[in-house]
Amino acid sequence: MFSGFMIDTWLAASMVAIVAGVVGFFVVLRGSAFAAHAIPQGAFAGAAGADLIGVNPLLGLGVFAVASALGIGSLSRRGRHDVVAALVLVLLLGLGSLFVSWNTEYGSELFALLFGEVLGVNNSQLPPTMILAAVSLIAIGVLFRPLLLASTVPDVAAARGLSVGRVDLAFLVVVALATTMTLPVVGALLIFSLMIGPPAAARSIVARPLAGIGLSVGISLLTLWISIAAAYHWNLPVGFLVGTLSGVAYGVGRGWTWARRRSRPTTSSGPAPAESGRLRLTDGLRD
Amino acid sequence: MTQSVVDDVARRACGSEALLSVSGVDVRLGGRTILDQVGFEVRPGEFTGLIGSNGAGKTTLLRVILGLQRPTRGSVRLTRTGRGRSGIGYVPQKVLLEPDVPLRARDVVGLGMDGHRFGIGLPSRRRRLLVDEMLAAVDASRFANARVGELSGGEQQRILIAHALVSRPDLLLLDEPLANLDLGSAHEVVGLLARIAREQQIAILLSAHEMNPLLPVMDRIVYLAGGRAASGTTEEVITTPVLSRLYGHRVDVIHVHGRVLVVVGDSETAGDSVGDIGREINSDVDVVG
Repeated sequence: MFSGFMIDTWLAASMVAIVAGVVGFFVVLRGSAFAAHAIPQGAFAGAAGADLIGVNPLLGLGVFAVASALGIGSLSRRGRHDVVAALVLVLLLGLGSLFVSWNTEYGSELFALLFGEVLGVNNSQLPPTMILAAVSLIAIGVLFRPLLLASTVPDVAAARGLSVGRVDLAFLVVVALATTMTLPVVGALLIFSLMIGPPAAARSIVARPLAGIGLSVGISLLTLWISIAAAYHWNLPVGFLVGTLSGVAYGVGRGWTWARRRSRPTTSSGPAPAESGRLRLTDGLRD
Repeated sequence: MTQSVVDDVARRACGSEALLSVSGVDVRLGGRTILDQVGFEVRPGEFTGLIGSNGAGKTTLLRVILGLQRPTRGSVRLTRTGRGRSGIGYVPQKVLLEPDVPLRARDVVGLGMDGHRFGIGLPSRRRRLLVDEMLAAVDASRFANARVGELSGGEQQRILIAHALVSRPDLLLLDEPLANLDLGSAHEVVGLLARIAREQQIAILLSAHEMNPLLPVMDRIVYLAGGRAASGTTEEVITTPVLSRLYGHRVDVIHVHGRVLVVVGDSETAGDSVGDIGREINSDVDVVG
């Protein structure tokens, strides 16, 4: 399991898990899950197109991923991109199917782009994966505070002179880079579940942003490692394992929240119960 | 230990020169006049109420002051008092964060200090002390470490006030902070804001559709009706002649049990198109509880 060619798999998968855990934390915080679904699907069309004209699929992936990110970001209205993300998704999936239909060769490589080929990572894939991982992580580090501010209180961020639209656009480009990097390893469908399940679980468990990102990376690594080991041993599809484990992680996170709220029904009522009734909203916004 | 910072701010003398001057501001959007020749001044440390019914142009005026809306004509000038103070702190209307947002109340306050800067931001003692001080200033120390999304709307509002204060603004803008609050809570928030204005030498400009909860603390009032404004002290502005001129038809100001009622006649029967209220009495009438 840890023999020569599998080492490349472990390395590439670990980098994918780290990037998915970090970038996914902000995907979940910003409610951009749908855009994070659309961008990898769009990138798939790029790879199909590149394959058709005989250039490196990674280039097609990158160009289409960044183009979909820019399209979604610039056409969104007031930070909402569900409609434009849906349109990018169907447009590019359609384009992808056209490219595949024009291609006379058997598209096993393209199938791998959708579902990943984590057990077949080869040596030459490592350097570009590593570079894109580093770029994505550095970009998130730079954007860290503006992203937190613009994601939680966009009106205030705008009033402080931060361009909320530009922060959004920059973030979607980071999602596109992360997609380009992770897609050949785990596939378009799996990267989506890795970017959502572990971060959503992590934020239910811890309330501090940096600790949340750390936990998100931890869960993501564990999910992918267990999936690869199980896939190797029992010859199960990695997709099934990653999807299931991400769901399980999210379930555990929700269970944790439920248990925490049950044991401490009101987080805010401290030692002064007489004060806990202050400032209650008349329309009962508190649940 | 945190006292020194407050003292430092309090020692700073406030001049009598205008901190904010809004002059001749017109805003026209899609052929509609939202603001019409609005002008007023806010002086350092003053508590100003921006009063008007829904649709009078309050939010648009705040957006113009924040630089989020370009006026068709006119100007807004903010004179900074300098020395490490940011210009304007802003508390938006009706923010309700999701319960799952992975931030503690203190993290949100901390973002008020440096959230617009790039990078992760290293924790420091100075930063922590300042955040603690602001949490104490809004009586929120009790829930400083709670998840911000699990706090009640009123508690979240206090956190956002602390978030706005931590950047040391000269002027704090609040958009309808009393909407959705019952009368008792409204008085409490007003008392808190008045105390903050005094202790930290911050001018406050607060929009509201009811002026009565603000009467004890307002230094000045800006009354908006149909996009036009009248400003001055409440005694100067809330009078039958001034408001009648503003609305363009007869308006009665009635004082009852220390409250002020503005009775706006139906604009159509008065033969004028300025008033958009169309009701007997505007929303300044509130039930005495």
